[in-house]
Amino acid sequence: MLIELRDICKTFGPVRANAGISIEVAPASILGILGENGAGKSTLMKILSGFQEPDSGSIVLDGEAATIRSPADALARGIGMLHQDPLDFPPLKLVDDLILGSRGRLRPDRRRTAREFRELAARFDFDLDPEAYVDALTVGERQQLEILRLLWLGARALILDEPTTGISLPQKEKLFATIRRLASEGMTVLFVSHKLEDVESLCDRAVVLRQGLLAGSADPPFDTKRLVEMMFGKEVPQAPHLRIPGGGEVLSARGLCLDSLRLQIKGLDLSVKAGEVVGLAGMEGSGQAIFLASCAGLERAVAGSVRIEEREMTSRSHHDYKREGVAYLPAARLEEGLVPGLSLEEHFILAQGTRGLFIDRKAAEIEAESRIAAYNIKGRPDSMVESLSGGNQQRALLALLRDDLSLILVEHPTRGLDIESTIYIWSKLKERCAKGTAIVFISSDLDEILQYSDRVLVFFAGKVSPPIGAESLGVEELGRLIGGKGWESFEEAPRA
Amino acid sequence: MRESPGLKPLFRAAAVILALVLTTLVLLATKSPPLAAYASIVRGAVGTWSVASDVVVAWVPLLLVTSGLLVTFTVGLWNIGIEGQITFGAVFATWALRSFQAPVLGGSLDPGLAIALAVLAGMAGGMLWAMLVGALKTFGGVNEIFGGLGLNYVATAVNLWLIFGPWKRPGVASMSGTVPFDRSLWLPTVTERSRFAPIAVALAVVGIAVVFVLIQGTYFGLRLKAVGKNPRAAYLLGIPTWQYTMVSFALCGLFAGLAGAVQVTAVYHRLIPSISSGYGYMGLMVSMLVNYSAAIAAPVALFFAALNVGSIQLPITLKLDSSLAGVLQGTLVLFVLLAEGARARLMKKGGSRP
Repeated sequence: MLIELRDICKTFGPVRANAGISIEVAPASILGILGENGAGKSTLMKILSGFQEPDSGSIVLDGEAATIRSPADALARGIGMLHQDPLDFPPLKLVDDLILGSRGRLRPDRRRTAREFRELAARFDFDLDPEAYVDALTVGERQQLEILRLLWLGARALILDEPTTGISLPQKEKLFATIRRLASEGMTVLFVSHKLEDVESLCDRAVVLRQGLLAGSADPPFDTKRLVEMMFGKEVPQAPHLRIPGGGEVLSARGLCLDSLRLQIKGLDLSVKAGEVVGLAGMEGSGQAIFLASCAGLERAVAGSVRIEEREMTSRSHHDYKREGVAYLPAARLEEGLVPGLSLEEHFILAQGTRGLFIDRKAAEIEAESRIAAYNIKGRPDSMVESLSGGNQQRALLALLRDDLSLILVEHPTRGLDIESTIYIWSKLKERCAKGTAIVFISSDLDEILQYSDRVLVFFAGKVSPPIGAESLGVEELGRLIGGKGWESFEEAPRA
Repeated sequence: MRESPGLKPLFRAAAVILALVLTTLVLLATKSPPLAAYASIVRGAVGTWSVASDVVVAWVPLLLVTSGLLVTFTVGLWNIGIEGQITFGAVFATWALRSFQAPVLGGSLDPGLAIALAVLAGMAGGMLWAMLVGALKTFGGVNEIFGGLGLNYVATAVNLWLIFGPWKRPGVASMSGTVPFDRSLWLPTVTERSRFAPIAVALAVVGIAVVFVLIQGTYFGLRLKAVGKNPRAAYLLGIPTWQYTMVSFALCGLFAGLAGAVQVTAVYHRLIPSISSGYGYMGLMVSMLVNYSAAIAAPVALFFAALNVGSIQLPITLKLDSSLAGVLQGTLVLFVLLAEGARARLMKKGGSRP
């Protein structure tokens, strides 16, 4: 399918998300769409896939002008979108997930659908059982299911939105192989990403968006430096990796056993010293999240103990941990970390705890203004948190933290943030380290793990590696471990 | 994103007009003269000093109940059990007053103190019944709507059992309630025959003012809001969420119990079967109508009270049922909520930014 987007404009209030973007995608090709957060990629893709209507501009498919009003419209015209979080139904069987999205017959033919499912899965070498349940799948498998579903519905063009987030290296290779094969069979692919290396290794052409405009396009072989310049306007310096010598022991987990619905962790030991940064790597759902939560008193351990600064904390509540100087920053900023409907100022007041009965609004405003300035948040004291961008929400979460923390536990500190925000967030976290705060963080971005950690723990289906020094670890080795390969060497070695 | 300021009052006005139109249609459908009906309501509410004071008498429990409900709404809870909490306030207050009248204590207690203690007992009763709903929710995982509804029926049953059982009038039990208290135990009113008790009015006014300040100006209120809007984030921010839930139930029950006690000591001077008089449900409507903000709760509650009192004469003047007031109140709430939804949709038209 030949897709032409002509002069697409879309504004949200004062923000011009797309300010006249024209792109042409040839049939049987893979187009990479690059851009930092807020560059307008998501909006453009939502317009093409029917989630939003443009203010002006037109979409031309195979030379024919098309009006797309809904995702169902888009699918009927052969455009399918694979979302970053797959849109599936975890409690259902795979085959029912397919049937749900199809145009309704009164009585769905499950047997035929299951047969077609198996044929499609076999064609692409996907190991999916139509009678299994969606919630038993990994993120990578859910992507495969979604691709399969879109193909089954007759998609001739696929939009993939940040598909390599949260999946393992082998899964990524498989995904790329699938995409290449689909393109060779005539599929038009739009690959949205902010990961340069993914675009460089996969795409036939790349366009870069910046501030709602088309900043330029590039053909292979790609010039990384030029792409970065198009994305950010200038080359961004990477923060130097500072190593802070370890102080006293801040966190000590001994023989920790955790049990969640899908996996068990047995006998996890970890000791973290003041000022140290420990990265937890692994596919999502490999056990790192429940481990992190258990270090904050948010998840009960079945056995074993947790000590914070020599103090026995096992089976104490999260608020006890808080009093001991432990902070926990969840990945879902707006769902778990912040309170939509309350302003920044009100968040700062809440984070301070109570000081008497009445709130001194004047003082609170001054305090809020100084924090907003200190953390470079783009917002005012009376800005509602939900109106902030992801990067500014994360800055706000950091700004809410007390100054004298002993341990910060962070889930995905920079997920969905652009490079500048990422560097800023980490510079703030490193400032804390310099003052003796230890940090344990989860990330699915391997570069982030290697760049900022002193030591790394790899999780794979509940198995946990001993802590590995980050300097002795390469991206490739880490990627293999995350994918469950190369674990033999740990089996005999004593735990650190 | 800021919304255009002119739009909100416009939608509000449209909602009021639509509610009036629908009510008029109901009247026309029953072949009643709409204008005469409305005129009758107005006359019934402000026609004489006597009816106007009745409006204030109805306003007091309604405003008290609304004050309490604003607290539970702030923490995101639907305290449907408010009716039972009013009833239990009335039961406890009656129990206290009956005890003070009993031969053992009879006459030995200063009447003023007795009334004060009875009001406190009523507040405790409402609080107890509300905390039961809270405990069921917090420790039993029972949604407060179901728990509250169930306990409403229990409260009604207890009330009826007391009136027709242990507290029945000498000789024959009757729907007219228990034996009236001694006159010395009535909350003082402006005149002998009036039910207008200045102290009750003062309690209601102070109550809504306290709730307003509590929610707008205190750490407690802000934390309640946080728990109401996002309990998970509130917990991670260090707020003990279930404790706040319980305290908000307790506060709401306290106000409901106070309303029940006022009904017993100032209005009926005895316990009657329908002692809550539906003020709880009406308070829910008022809270929704004022969009859960204490600032305009008092005038809206007064308006609802006026509608209620004003429609009492309808059966006499126009052979209409007095539930017409309920029709108007209900449609008003529905249309205001509908208009709010329509406005929100209009503002978001074209989709929101991800």
